[in-house]
Amino acid sequence: MYWELELILFIFLLITAVIALESKDLLVASVMLTMFSFLMALMFTTMGAVDVGFTEAVVGAGVTGILLVVAIYQTTYKTED
Amino acid sequence: MTNRSPSPIVLLGTRFLSPYIMVFGFYVIFHGHYSPGGGFQGGTLLAAALLLIRIASGTKLAQLQFKDYLARPLAAFGVFIYFGTGLLALLMGGYFLDYGELPIPGLEPAYLRYWGILIIEIGVGLTVMTVLTLIYDNMVKGEDYA
Repeated sequence: MYWELELILFIFLLITAVIALESKDLLVASVMLTMFSFLMALMFTTMGAVDVGFTEAVVGAGVTGILLVVAIYQTTYKTED
Repeated sequence: MTNRSPSPIVLLGTRFLSPYIMVFGFYVIFHGHYSPGGGFQGGTLLAAALLLIRIASGTKLAQLQFKDYLARPLAAFGVFIYFGTGLLALLMGGYFLDYGELPIPGLEPAYLRYWGILIIEIGVGLTVMTVLTLIYDNMVKGEDYA
């Protein structure tokens, strides 16, 4: 129905996913995963699943980002591979 | 990363933002039965408000908002609310979580279901909030990131 909006969201979703996979700094990767979650929530809302999108926005962009940052503080910033 | 000086701007910003997130979390819980949201989403918003203060001001100062030894008993109490309501309906002759059989006097069955769903969602939100705070407290145990 809103295919133009979905196309733009898909393009940004792919960009954030590739940056999160290819980045050497893990803090950048976790922030990109948070952005991925928020774009995914916008896509769920566009498709009409408001409840699923709300859960994704709250859990993926709220709590998971904090827990990932704490996990990075306790290990290391750079990837080994 | 632990030897940075604390930033008063970040602390003031999170102190300003945290109560509003918490009010929105309560709104989501108490409107869960006729709008998107519910116990899980509202509890996660309340946990996000607590974790924001915890990650910005450190574990010691965050004890003023929510003490960490309260997390485990309150999580158990939320599960007790959920299963207590379900088992009470079971004991009164209905099915498990059959809100129409709850022994609250002077209410129509439709209003019994209305209040039953609200009680369940308060229990779920309490458990989700305290368990997410407990996960954070156990991850940073012994160290302080403020």
